[in-house]
Amino acid sequence: MNWINQVVRPKIRNILRKKEVPDNLWVKCPETGQMIYYKDLEANGFVVPGSNYHMRMSAEVRLKSLFDGGDYESIPFPDVSPDPLKFRDERRYTERLKDARNKTGLKDAVMVASGRLDGLKTVAAVQDFQFMGGSLGRAAGEAVVTGMRTAVMQNAPFILFAASGGARMQEGILSLMQMPRTTVAVQELREAGLPYIVVLTHPTTGGVTASYAMLGDIHIAEPGALIGFAGPRVIEQTIREQLPVGFQRAEYLLEHGMVDMVVHRHELRDTLSRLCGLLMERERGREIALPEQLNGVEAADMPKSTITAGDGEAMMAASGEAPAYKKGNGVAAASEDDHSDETPDETSAASNGADAERPRSI
Amino acid sequence: MRTYLDFEKPIAELESKVAELRALSDQDDSAVSIADELATLEEKSRTALIETYAKLTPWQKTQVARHPERPHFLDYIHGLVADFTPLAGDRLFAEDHAIIGGLGRMNGRSVMVIGHEKGSDTEGRIKHNFGMARPEGYRKAQRLMGLAERFSVPVVTLVDTAGAYPGIGAEERGQAEAIARSTDVCMGLGVPIVSLVIGEGGSGGAVAIATANRIYMLEHSIYTVASPEAAASILWRDSARAVDAATNMKITAQDLLGLGVIDGIISEPTGGAHRERDNVIAAAGAVLDEALSEFSGMSADEIRKDRREKFLAMGRVS
Repeated sequence: MNWINQVVRPKIRNILRKKEVPDNLWVKCPETGQMIYYKDLEANGFVVPGSNYHMRMSAEVRLKSLFDGGDYESIPFPDVSPDPLKFRDERRYTERLKDARNKTGLKDAVMVASGRLDGLKTVAAVQDFQFMGGSLGRAAGEAVVTGMRTAVMQNAPFILFAASGGARMQEGILSLMQMPRTTVAVQELREAGLPYIVVLTHPTTGGVTASYAMLGDIHIAEPGALIGFAGPRVIEQTIREQLPVGFQRAEYLLEHGMVDMVVHRHELRDTLSRLCGLLMERERGREIALPEQLNGVEAADMPKSTITAGDGEAMMAASGEAPAYKKGNGVAAASEDDHSDETPDETSAASNGADAERPRSI
Repeated sequence: MRTYLDFEKPIAELESKVAELRALSDQDDSAVSIADELATLEEKSRTALIETYAKLTPWQKTQVARHPERPHFLDYIHGLVADFTPLAGDRLFAEDHAIIGGLGRMNGRSVMVIGHEKGSDTEGRIKHNFGMARPEGYRKAQRLMGLAERFSVPVVTLVDTAGAYPGIGAEERGQAEAIARSTDVCMGLGVPIVSLVIGEGGSGGAVAIATANRIYMLEHSIYTVASPEAAASILWRDSARAVDAATNMKITAQDLLGLGVIDGIISEPTGGAHRERDNVIAAAGAVLDEALSEFSGMSADEIRKDRREKFLAMGRVS
């Protein structure tokens, strides 16, 4: 079929592409070199049996593995102008985009969807590393913002599966601006009192880690995932020495307080469901402490557990003006009475480990 | 001794000839012909400078933005901020000299000024780590912004960094989280933040303190998603192609104004900011002061809203 790929137009090529069958029925484990039958790998959630190496998952497969019965509804996000910088090197950026779309069947590097997680309405976004290294450009930024805002509208927790080489160079400064843009949406989630859980998968680096991927209420990493700001190559070039073994891996980040837990993919869904359930307790009829109270001046009068919950809110509280954060979702209404015991302080307080000692302004 | 950039060689030759002639004519006042020649040469050198600077390429602008004699953070502090009182440390780990911050008065107004300092001699450059901050720098910035907010003091940030420092310790202590959180704090601040890129605005290390209500750039400064060298290395695995990256990525102040990312450009004298430092610093002070005045009387929520909407709108239209 090679000659036909050369001749036919991309759109048609896309139809010719056999979707479900991989190029190679046997896959090599990047760690041990062991050969695995593709179907076995797929059945094992793309974790290599034996070595436990977590292979990359496509956005679609990831969403299927998350939601009940593999059912989800894809959420559309706004289009962006294709090539604001008219960027070209050996090839035009628009051509590279077209290729990535044909290869993955995705619109851009991020896919957003909603569905149910053990019955609980949940919104999720997945970065697909196959799409130009999961790089963050304007479209991906719009997708993340749309996902978070959809969660706010649906009063649902938001789960983000991060995988990215960082900002998309071909969109230059507009790509960099996605860092503050997505931060706005993170703040909206926080103000609505909805959980934001980040799952850091292999690899997550650059501008993505340096913005929304490190602003979650809870950070979960997949075993062995490379997570960092600067890539290992850049660091090696700068300091001109060998990096320590295990540097920037999930386990290293856990040890250094940057993630809450490292979770095997086979236990990931249960962990996410449990956390969302614990954090969304009020949705199931219990009334508990709500973010609005954290903004109040009387914070000192509150039980300690309430104050430690959600460092994010406390940071926001620094800005005073409590009424500003009361808005949204009828969530605030439930707050007056019972707020002593049910606060999910264990998880939230741990979530911002590095921040726990940060001066607060209450 | 002035430092000349590679593309300034013809200017360098002319200017040194002018200097030579001037020295001669000072010694010997009988030589009338020298005075004539001096005048033509001065004129020629002046024209060469104007012509070169009228059409700087993005890569040349990068070089001007990095010029060792370019005014740096501390020069702006000396020129603009009275009673400057630097505040040190992130209260968590260390003091980072790559980012300096403190309270002071600008045009009578109490402000918190935060910015990258690159250092102006070898010793200074090492002390300030060439303006490349570690997590401590960004955590100090967060602390100072929080402090400013509690006392309703507006924040001014001066950006001048190639990027956050890529090192083992920096990664170990959460460089990414420090930058993400700093951007988060900027975005949520209830007092105005006004930013000015005075040299290089490099990547996340810049955004972390430049998520502002108003963003300005000096005429020959640059603001990039990654330094041209880093971008070339990412795109083509070859940092030597930095010139290509600079040309392709739209990194100049003029490009960014066109893309709607910044709010205005502060002109530099012909030949770059380092040729008339005082004038540039004064012009920057006036623009910053005017920008801050726009927010007087606005509530914390209005200020926050202004900033959020600014960023949400960015890149949507173009």
